[in-house]
Amino acid sequence: MKLRAENLSLTAQGRAILDGVSLDIPTGVSFGLIGPNGSGKSTLLRLLAGLEPRAQGHVMLDDTRLRDLPRREIARRIALVEQQADTGDALSAREVVELGRTPWLAALQPFGPEDHHIVDQTLAAVGMTELAARHWSTLSGGERQRLQIARALAQRPQVLLLDEPTNHLDIHHQLALLRLVSRLQVTVVMALHDLNQALECDLLGVMSGGRLIACGPPATVLTPERLRQIFRIRSTSLRDPSDDAQILRFHCLEDER
Amino acid sequence: MTESAIPVGRASRRLLIPRVAMGLGLLLAAVLAGVVIGETPLPPGQVANVLAHKLFGASLLVDPIDAGIIWNYRLPRTLVAAGCGTALALSGLVLQTLVRNALADPYLLGVSAGASTGAVAVTIMGLGAGAIGISAGAFMGAAMAFGLVATLARAAGGGSAQLVLAGIAGSQLFNALTSFFIAKSANAEQARGIMFWLLGNLSGVRWPDVTLALPAACMGLVACLWHARSMDAFSFGAASAASLGVSVRRVTLVLLGAVTLMTAIMVSLVGAIGFVGLVVPHAMRFIAGTRHRALIPATALAGAVFMIAADITSRMMIPGQVVPIGVVTALVGAPGFALIMIRNRGRR
Repeated sequence: MKLRAENLSLTAQGRAILDGVSLDIPTGVSFGLIGPNGSGKSTLLRLLAGLEPRAQGHVMLDDTRLRDLPRREIARRIALVEQQADTGDALSAREVVELGRTPWLAALQPFGPEDHHIVDQTLAAVGMTELAARHWSTLSGGERQRLQIARALAQRPQVLLLDEPTNHLDIHHQLALLRLVSRLQVTVVMALHDLNQALECDLLGVMSGGRLIACGPPATVLTPERLRQIFRIRSTSLRDPSDDAQILRFHCLEDER
Repeated sequence: MTESAIPVGRASRRLLIPRVAMGLGLLLAAVLAGVVIGETPLPPGQVANVLAHKLFGASLLVDPIDAGIIWNYRLPRTLVAAGCGTALALSGLVLQTLVRNALADPYLLGVSAGASTGAVAVTIMGLGAGAIGISAGAFMGAAMAFGLVATLARAAGGGSAQLVLAGIAGSQLFNALTSFFIAKSANAEQARGIMFWLLGNLSGVRWPDVTLALPAACMGLVACLWHARSMDAFSFGAASAASLGVSVRRVTLVLLGAVTLMTAIMVSLVGAIGFVGLVVPHAMRFIAGTRHRALIPATALAGAVFMIAADITSRMMIPGQVVPIGVVTALVGAPGFALIMIRNRGRR
C-alpha cells in the first residue's frame, strides 16, 4: 500500500512542530526516518497514522484521503507502535496482543479461531510465546516493546509505523526485530536513532526542526557533510571484511577542536 | 502453547451459562434479603406468598399489612438500591477506563455534587415538578460540573493529578452552591429534609422511583456492554485506542453521556452516595480481571448487591433509626479502598 504525505504541518502553542512535510513512500518499501531529538519524527508518524485532527495537509493511502476513511478502516490498514506505551491494567501478554484484533471485530462479536491463530502467530513472530501468560507489569522494557510490535502485527496492517522500535532491546532482539520487519510484505516507516541500522532501509528521510530536509536511498542521504550539519558529528565509512557491507563510525565534533 | 489458546476461549464460553445463573441467583437472593430483613421481621415464606400473589396473581392468603410493607415499601426500596448500585458502580468503571485514572468516580470528579446542586435548585425554586423535573435539573447540574472539571483539568495540563485536583475544586464549588441555595431560599424544615437527602437516603422511595432507576441502570449496562471492546482498547490510553480503530470521540461522548445521566437520576432519587463507584470496580478487577466483557457484568452485579447490603445495614445499624446510606457506603468503602490501594501497590 502506497503512502503519500502532502504538505503536512502542525503548530502547537505558536510553534511549528511539523512544517510542510511531503513524502512519497512506494508499496512494500522500508522507509527510515532519522534526525536529532525533537526534530519531529514521532509527530510525523502520528500524523501518518491519522491521529492528529489539528494537522494541516493530507495523508493519502493509495488514492484515498486518510481523513475520508472511518477510524476502523484506517486501523485495518495502518498500525502504529509508539514509544513507551504503558498501562496500569493487569493485562497478560496475550491480552495485549489480542487488542490488535479490535478493528476486525464488531462490537459484540466474540474472538474466533482465526483471531486466536493470528495472535498465536504474532506472539511467536516476536519470540513471546513462552511469556504469553505473564502480566504486563512483570515484563522488561524490551519484552513490552516486542509485545507492542506483536499487537501491531495482529492488526494485519498494510502499513506499519514504528517509533524507535529497537529502543530498550538488547542487540540480539534488535537484529531479530529488524530482520522480522524486513521480511514483512508491508510498507514500513520507522524512526531510528542508530544510523547503521538506518543504512539497511530502502529509503531514508532526514528530519530537522520539523522539516524533511533530505529523502532518498541511504547512500545518497547519509553523506559526511549532512551528518556534520544535522547531528554535529564527523563520520567515516568502513567496510566489513566479511561481506563488504558499509559501516559508519562517528566522532563528536566537539572532541576534535 | 499454540493449540492451548482456542480451548481457553471455548472454556470461558462454556462457563458463561453457570456464571450468569450464579450472578442472577446472587442478585435475587440479595433482593429477597432486602425485603425480608428489616425492623418488622417477615418470614421468607410470607414474603414469597406476597410476591407470588402480587406478581403472578396467585390466590394465596396474605396479611394486608405485611403485603403493604413488602410491596409498597421494602421491594421498591430494594430495587432502587440495586439500580442505584449498578449505575454508580458502572459510572465509576467507565470513568476509570476512559480517563485512565484509578481515582475517577462520579463522586470524586464532582459530577454527583453538580447533580445535587441541580436537583436542589429545581426543588427550592419549584421549577418543573416531580421526580422527572428534579432528575432533569440534576442532569443539567451534572453535565455542567463535568464540563467545568474537564475544562479545568485540560487547561491545567490534562494530567491524571490535574483531573483529580479539578474534581476536588468542582466538588467544593458545587457543594458551596448547594449550601448557598439552601441558605438563601429554603425554610428550616425544607433545609433539614434536603440535608438528609444529600447524604443519601432511600426512605422515601416508592414505585415511580423504580420505573426511573431500573431503566436508567439497564440503559447504562447496555451502553457499557456494547462498548466493552472499545473500553478494552483504552488500556494504553486514548491515542492507542484511536490507532486500534476506536472512534474515541463518539465512544467517549456516548459513555460519558450515559454516566452523567445515570449519576443525575440516582442523585435525584437517593442523594449523592460516595465510594460505590470507586471501590466496586477495583474489587471486581481482582475477581473478574480487567477485560470489560467480564468486568462490566461483574461490576453491575456487585454494585447492586453492595448497595442492597448497605441499605439493609443502614436500617439495622441503630434500632429505631435509619442511618443515611452514604454513611454506610463510606464506612465500608473507605477501609475497603485503603486495602485495595495497598494490595495494588505490588501490581504497579
